[in-house]
Amino acid sequence: MAGGQERILRGRIRSVQATKKITRAMELIAASRFVKAQQRVAAAVPYSDTITEVVKDLAAAGGSSQSPLLTSRQEVKSTAYVVIAADRGLCGGYNSGVQRAAEGSVKADVLDGKSYSLITVGRKAEGYFKFRGYNIAAAYGGFSDSPTYAHAREIGQDVVARYLAGEFDRVELVYTRFISAGSQEVVRRPLVPLDHETVEGGDGKGPDSAGTPSDYEFEPDPGTILDTLLPRYVEARIYAALLNAAAAEHAFRQRAMKSATDNAEELIKNLSRIMNRARQDSITTEIMEIVSGAEALSGGSKNVQMIDLGPITDLASN
Amino acid sequence: MATMQVELVSPEKILFSGEATQVITRTLGGGEIAFLPGHAPFLGALTECHTRITLVEGRVLDVAVHGGFVQVSGNTVSILSDIAELGEDVDRNRALRARDVAEELLRREHDAEAVSALSRAHARLSASGGITGTSQGAH
Repeated sequence: MAGGQERILRGRIRSVQATKKITRAMELIAASRFVKAQQRVAAAVPYSDTITEVVKDLAAAGGSSQSPLLTSRQEVKSTAYVVIAADRGLCGGYNSGVQRAAEGSVKADVLDGKSYSLITVGRKAEGYFKFRGYNIAAAYGGFSDSPTYAHAREIGQDVVARYLAGEFDRVELVYTRFISAGSQEVVRRPLVPLDHETVEGGDGKGPDSAGTPSDYEFEPDPGTILDTLLPRYVEARIYAALLNAAAAEHAFRQRAMKSATDNAEELIKNLSRIMNRARQDSITTEIMEIVSGAEALSGGSKNVQMIDLGPITDLASN
Repeated sequence: MATMQVELVSPEKILFSGEATQVITRTLGGGEIAFLPGHAPFLGALTECHTRITLVEGRVLDVAVHGGFVQVSGNTVSILSDIAELGEDVDRNRALRARDVAEELLRREHDAEAVSALSRAHARLSASGGITGTSQGAH
């Protein structure tokens, strides 16, 4: 029946409207968090810049260190990937982009006959790789949208300890680099061991062209400073990656939720159009029924003749 | 009067940035060291310490620095620290409690964790007004 269809459509419109309210709210939340995340990325720049500069100065000053973090191993048999994704979904292609990049690298390693291990950051990455039966060495989660330095340190210490224990021969970071509000890209960056390339290629910044004076005084000796500095440097790199990923996540979520809201609006428009047509149809049908009913009554009355049934007689009495 | 640029940076933010006339800090194994404007290029690893930055107007900024690095180059002193807090932000009661707990622990056994906790507490206390004092509600 036409009225039933109208009621069903009204229900659907109501549910789409409720969804739209949610996606709109998520969009606004993501937008405000995104601004904060962007500020935190900017706030972390001075520290990572200075620490990179110090590492370079030490390297330039010939701070030769026996630190295993600096020397690449002869044969790379196993690579660890630190995959940084989100804790939650509903952020467009953010998670799948990082997961695909990591999965591709892992598959290439396996084809080469090398082993790998995964260190996942963010519950989505953990779930994805666990479901597919990948080898997960460690999993972190619960802070993807607002990472602190303490988180970076926890991951950094774990990665360095595992690397020193020989669990893997090199470590790469897979995360989404935040370039601007409109563009982010999934990148794969070597983390450990730190060679000169790594030091100079630090988070998207080119090497400093200004020559650094190498007549530094050191206290204690350069080797010791470097040994204490390198783990900090690894942590700073991870922290920068976490912040980049968080900013990118919010940008992705904001965009995904904006298109979801737009979609919901479109859907509501279409549905209400269909509903109005259905209502109009049912009204038209109803009017037609009334008109034809009235027509039948008034037109018929002219032709109807009274039939004389004769006097009422009590048949029972006979 | 000659001045120099001082930057105190933690990974999450810049704690202090400005002109100063003197910086005193403590390097790993090397004891206290003071930097004046025009100091030669210097790189050092820091230990837990009470760092004092003498500002241009004569005021001294007290900072509790829990390890880190100092770099001096081109009349700029940069102090990098994972954890650093300004003396005025230190929770003295918490620091005093931490000191008491660490001392208590050290009386019984030698524990590296407690030693560093104690030196952190000392740095905090020293930066926030003085090493002495008793904690309230410690036990």
